[in-house]
Amino acid sequence: MRALVFALYLFLYAPIALVVLFSFNSGRNASELVGFSTQWYGRALSNPFLMDALQTSLIVAFTSASLAAIFGTMAAIGLERLGQRTRAVFDGLLSAAIVVPGVVIGIATLVALVELFSFLNPAIAAVWPGTDPPKLGLGYGSIVAAHGLFTMALVTMIVRARLASLGRDIIDASSDLYATPLTTFREIVLPQIAPSILAGFLLAFTFSFDDFIIAFFVAGSRTTLPMYVFASIRRGITPEINAIATIVLVASLVLIVMARFLTREKKLKSGAVLQKA
Amino acid sequence: MAVSAENKRRLVTAALVGPAAVWLFTFLVLPFTAVVIFAFGERAPEGGYQPAFTLAQFANLGARSAAFANTLTLAPIGALACLLIAYPVAYYLAIKADQKYRMLLISLIVIPFWTSMLVRTYAWMYLLGARGIPHLFELAGIDDVRLLNTPGAVLLGIVYGYLPLMILPIYVSLEKLDRRLLDASADLGASPVSTFFGVTLPLSLPGVMTGVALVTILLLGEYLIPQLLGGGKVFFIGNALVDLFLQSRNWPFGSAIAVTLVVVVVAVLLVAMRIAWRVSGSRQVDLI
Repeated sequence: MRALVFALYLFLYAPIALVVLFSFNSGRNASELVGFSTQWYGRALSNPFLMDALQTSLIVAFTSASLAAIFGTMAAIGLERLGQRTRAVFDGLLSAAIVVPGVVIGIATLVALVELFSFLNPAIAAVWPGTDPPKLGLGYGSIVAAHGLFTMALVTMIVRARLASLGRDIIDASSDLYATPLTTFREIVLPQIAPSILAGFLLAFTFSFDDFIIAFFVAGSRTTLPMYVFASIRRGITPEINAIATIVLVASLVLIVMARFLTREKKLKSGAVLQKA
Repeated sequence: MAVSAENKRRLVTAALVGPAAVWLFTFLVLPFTAVVIFAFGERAPEGGYQPAFTLAQFANLGARSAAFANTLTLAPIGALACLLIAYPVAYYLAIKADQKYRMLLISLIVIPFWTSMLVRTYAWMYLLGARGIPHLFELAGIDDVRLLNTPGAVLLGIVYGYLPLMILPIYVSLEKLDRRLLDASADLGASPVSTFFGVTLPLSLPGVMTGVALVTILLLGEYLIPQLLGGGKVFFIGNALVDLFLQSRNWPFGSAIAVTLVVVVVAVLLVAMRIAWRVSGSRQVDLI
């Protein structure tokens, strides 16, 4: 049994390890290790298209994850205060945002925005005083909107689970001691849900940074990093792709390890609070 | 003008849920409504959509029957293959493994799932491609081994990509299992095998259901794995959708396929929830 589990870890990590290994290969041949070299990294880092895609991905991931963390947390707190029926509708929509396949989210956003823009752009042009009216189009905004849909629902779920596990008595104690609701939130609730919010932000960032299929539909003329990698793979496998893949891998690895560390920290902290109380 | 306490409370609640509500409405409800409307429309001569009310798009679904057939066979088969590998692993981690290393071992399983699916699929494309494993066969004197662009390659990619997602819920349900039940079963003279089938397996069924439902649902909308490892020969509904929206620009037909896909996903979800309800005896199903 132990051997089987060991084989599984090998199965999970060996293919990735091979890509990393060959990214340091000095030769061009994909099946022969010749020597150690970082030339493919040098080439990747001096590729302006790649750097541009990386920048787009970072901007989109940071913006969508920030909005998702803020609005998702607000929704998680606000949902408790809603009436039962409104909350059921909200819950349904949140589950839909998570369950509907990414490919359908991409299509729906594309279709709706293209129709909306084809209606809005002539209207703007008609009322625009200058000669060069602004044209709405797909780009940063549409990718952020479509990524944020899924990640906001994700953050809401995570923060809500944490809120539900908070002891009601500690909040009651705070208000018994004449703290205003805002003070109770700032001093009692926020410190306890903060790690979950941050973990939610990091998961949202990772999702957005890794997503290919949604961006593929709604990116317009922009190219995200996964879109660039996908296009390069289709042009033919080169050692440079191994270097780019390794960079992507390390970036998401750092994020996910941080997120897991934070959710573990949370348990320790709440344990400490209980002991003090 | 003084605001009453009740109104103030309402205002705060509205301000808290407002942004999320607007987001869900603008980028989920509206777009999906548009897709449903499009599905009943016609293709404009230059591509895109032209208003109409016809069922022609749905009647034409058979034109993409290969994509539906591939998806509806390989998604459940893939989920089942994941399950067969995941169960023993989850069992080992939850019951047999040393408690000290449990967190580390389970983290090592979860981490790959959150790293780039594109890169992980690419790794197999690299391995199965002509310069990878087939090249090794060639060196051993066996020529013409084709691995890439076969259903087997797609299945391998599926198992590789989604195994962590199957292990996790099964692990959680096995970890919650009360060990005293296992001791009681053994004390009453049950063999390890009958303890497993009589106690452990039934109690872990909710986790199994969650894993199978999650993986199946995600696989129904898969695009990257069939694209990279099936190379246009083994394609899924997701690949048909990309083709219809980005290449041939037949939006109404694509919309009809998208609506059908969502209906299938919802149906799978409802069936899974029903089964999970029956096996766990409660409506509480943590699918997400």
